[in-house]
Amino acid sequence: MSEDESPPLDLRPEPPCSSSSAVDSTPNKSRNCISSSTASQTFPDHVLENVLENVLQFLDSRCDRNAASLVCKLWWKVEALTRSEVFIGNCYALSPARLTQRFKRVKSLVLKGKPRFADFNLMPPDWGANFAPWVSTMAKAYPWLEKVDLKRIFVTDDDLALVAESFPGFKELILVCCEGFGTSGIAIVANKCRKLKVLDLIESEVTDDEVDWISCFPEDVTCLESLAFDCVEAPINFKALEGLVGRSPFLKKLRLNRFVSLEELHRLLLGAPQLTSLGTGSFSHDNEAHHQSEQEPDYAAAFLACKSVVCLSGFRELMPEYLPAIFPVCANLTSLNFSYANISPDMFKPIIHKCHKLQVFWALDSICDEGLQAVAATCKELRELRIFPFDPREDSEGPVSELGLQAISEGCRKLESILYFCQRMTNAAVIAMSENCPELTVFRLCIMGRHRPDHVTGKPMDEGFGAIVKNCKKLTRLAVSGLLTDQAFRYMGEYGKLIRTLSVAFAGDSDMALRHVLEGCPRLQKLEIRDSPFGDVALRSGMHRYYNMRFVWMSACSLSKGCCKDVARAMPNLVVEVIGSDDDDDNRDYVETLYMYRSLDGPRKDAPKFPLLREKAPCISDRSCSEVEQAWVCLQYQRRYSSLEPLRGGTGGVKAISNYGLVLEGMRRAKARGFSDVSH
Amino acid sequence: MMGSIELNLRETELCLGLPGGDTVAPVTGNKRGFLETVDLKLNLNNEPESKERSTNHDVVTSVSKEKSSCAKDPAKPPAKAQVVGWPPVRSYRKNVMVSCQKPSGGTDAAAFVKVSMDGAPYLRKVDLKMYKSYDELSNALSNMFSSFTMGKHGGEEGMIDFMNERKLMDLVNSWDYVPSYEDKDGDWMLVGDVPWPMFVDTCKRLRLMKGSDAIGLAPRAMEKCKSRA
Repeated sequence: MSEDESPPLDLRPEPPCSSSSAVDSTPNKSRNCISSSTASQTFPDHVLENVLENVLQFLDSRCDRNAASLVCKLWWKVEALTRSEVFIGNCYALSPARLTQRFKRVKSLVLKGKPRFADFNLMPPDWGANFAPWVSTMAKAYPWLEKVDLKRIFVTDDDLALVAESFPGFKELILVCCEGFGTSGIAIVANKCRKLKVLDLIESEVTDDEVDWISCFPEDVTCLESLAFDCVEAPINFKALEGLVGRSPFLKKLRLNRFVSLEELHRLLLGAPQLTSLGTGSFSHDNEAHHQSEQEPDYAAAFLACKSVVCLSGFRELMPEYLPAIFPVCANLTSLNFSYANISPDMFKPIIHKCHKLQVFWALDSICDEGLQAVAATCKELRELRIFPFDPREDSEGPVSELGLQAISEGCRKLESILYFCQRMTNAAVIAMSENCPELTVFRLCIMGRHRPDHVTGKPMDEGFGAIVKNCKKLTRLAVSGLLTDQAFRYMGEYGKLIRTLSVAFAGDSDMALRHVLEGCPRLQKLEIRDSPFGDVALRSGMHRYYNMRFVWMSACSLSKGCCKDVARAMPNLVVEVIGSDDDDDNRDYVETLYMYRSLDGPRKDAPKFPLLREKAPCISDRSCSEVEQAWVCLQYQRRYSSLEPLRGGTGGVKAISNYGLVLEGMRRAKARGFSDVSH
Repeated sequence: MMGSIELNLRETELCLGLPGGDTVAPVTGNKRGFLETVDLKLNLNNEPESKERSTNHDVVTSVSKEKSSCAKDPAKPPAKAQVVGWPPVRSYRKNVMVSCQKPSGGTDAAAFVKVSMDGAPYLRKVDLKMYKSYDELSNALSNMFSSFTMGKHGGEEGMIDFMNERKLMDLVNSWDYVPSYEDKDGDWMLVGDVPWPMFVDTCKRLRLMKGSDAIGLAPRAMEKCKSRA
């Protein structure tokens, strides 16, 4: 577990004891009986640390690790030593320096940046979430870093170059919904990261710097296991790609972009039959190549040879007449993504009828209710369904409706996650789904017309969503739409006890709706609301919750700047970002967008000047950073432990192991009351 | 399908003007496009159009979704102003869908080809990219020449020959006019063998041959098709 470069346990400098230190975020000294200075550390303590390290290294789940770190100072310290993967849900919740100070042996970082509503153009483009400060800090602190997984982060080519130069053992780069870089940055990573196993570019914006990045991979055999570049909107050197695939014997996942034709795909498949996950590229033929060859390649035979393919996607410029070529792999598929292919029900049905093992299915609504009925008839193992609109406008024709939803609910009883765009829906169908699919953890229904009621009864969609929160006992994520009154939110507050993420748009009648949710949903972490009539009263009603949430987003609601200032003043460790529109003279108090989140390191310093107005509590600027941080930490610990018996007598010796269970029980009780942990 | 014999002969009036550029002007739901370009002025039977013909026109002229929805429901209220970021589809996906809607073949350029029919006094030009299938092309050509049928439709679309009475008899047997095309290699092939997108790419010229000529064509065409299969 210990890296060679990391200093051994007993030689590491111990953190100072003083509780007023800015950098030491350890628990209040009075609770901890283990001295932290090397000189006074006794032999059993030293042994205990070693033992703990050997035990805690097996903890994988970050929730378990967070719990273990709060037992006492020793456990905090050892857990910090043994945590190799760090997850940071909001890149502005803490500074990179805090990360490297606490965790010394990080090999893998998962970092999330912008809130999800930024995807829908609701945020200024240069808002932030930059990777630069993170990579420059980690370059010095974690030379052994192996994996970086970023979502909605702004990454530049320079950042990628720094990654390639600083981390010789670098293995995995995953960029999801990121932007700011181009093919030149990718080329540097391809060239310098000799141990690269995973290069996954997923739904990211990659500028075309006209660099042949595929040719930049080293000439010898690679370690590549996964290469996904379907979002790269630039032609690639196919010959180089063919060579690369040929010298990558461990390659299992390959996702091609739309500049790879069907003929080229055919050649790749012949050379890489061991693939398990395939993104097919354009799935249309290249005119030039096609006329030169006398014979049309046998695409079906190529697919037949790929016996291991279980995950299929791509079809970016699908020529439907070639679709039957995938028949040989359908029976093995567990995941199928047709969401970029405009397929009619007639083209679709012969395929889906062969996909008995399908668990994940993404498609466009062009398959119509008829196609969904075919899915329901065949895919009994379906866990996740996503139906996207081919024509994503509010008043477009909607080929799917409550009929498709009803059919799915009846046929796919194991469904756990659904995202469904439609133009018309009924409460009856949603209620049916709530009753037929008890395993649902994610329910996201988007009725595209705003404020649209049940199209059969004319009533609001309250009862449908109410049934979902009531019957789906495992529900953790909910997105609502259609005409909704406060009643729907009353249901959410009453029954949605496990909900962590809630998305609301054009819904509700009054502040009471939001109050129901803030007062009733103890697990709520991420709240995103737009264009709903919730105002200051509602915002104030949630102040007891905001430190236990990752973020709150409210745009085009009825908030005033005065209220936001009050919240910021009352909650010093909450960063309250207020975005107003620039021509706001008439309504200077109106808040266009509120984005607030807890932070251990105060307001960020890289916010754009205009039109973003960052509100911070005036009292913070008067106090030093360390006092504020200490106040925050103490606040957390006092709240957490007020209901537990204090641990007197320390955890010295082997007794600690038998005491562990007692402590965990207390943890569990505290968590059940809604206390969360510090790391999020 | 004798009902199809009722046609709007006004549309097939001859004149000596040039056939005009865009024979399939994308006009919403009416036949003005044809009337403008096909002005034969023979002034034969001015029968009103049958419903079937107007549907064919719609198929031909209204390839895009918006047009067909306009034709279907004129009483539909005007489109709502689009709200920013709603429906919540990521811009990445929206951009990809836009590029999906481009015609297959990858280029936006039209694919105009000359169409000649044996015995007809003039040629026509069609943009193959306006159609998505052989059926659509067949309908368009039917409208244009009114005496042409595709072999594979087996005579269901038989129509009155506007040229002269002699050809009326020919129409009973739908194989009398055989559609063929000249491909990039310069060979004359039978229409209908290859997938539609491939046809659009390879077709340089269309010819509606008289049956007797086609007999000579068939063996050569079959050989070529076999070698490509």
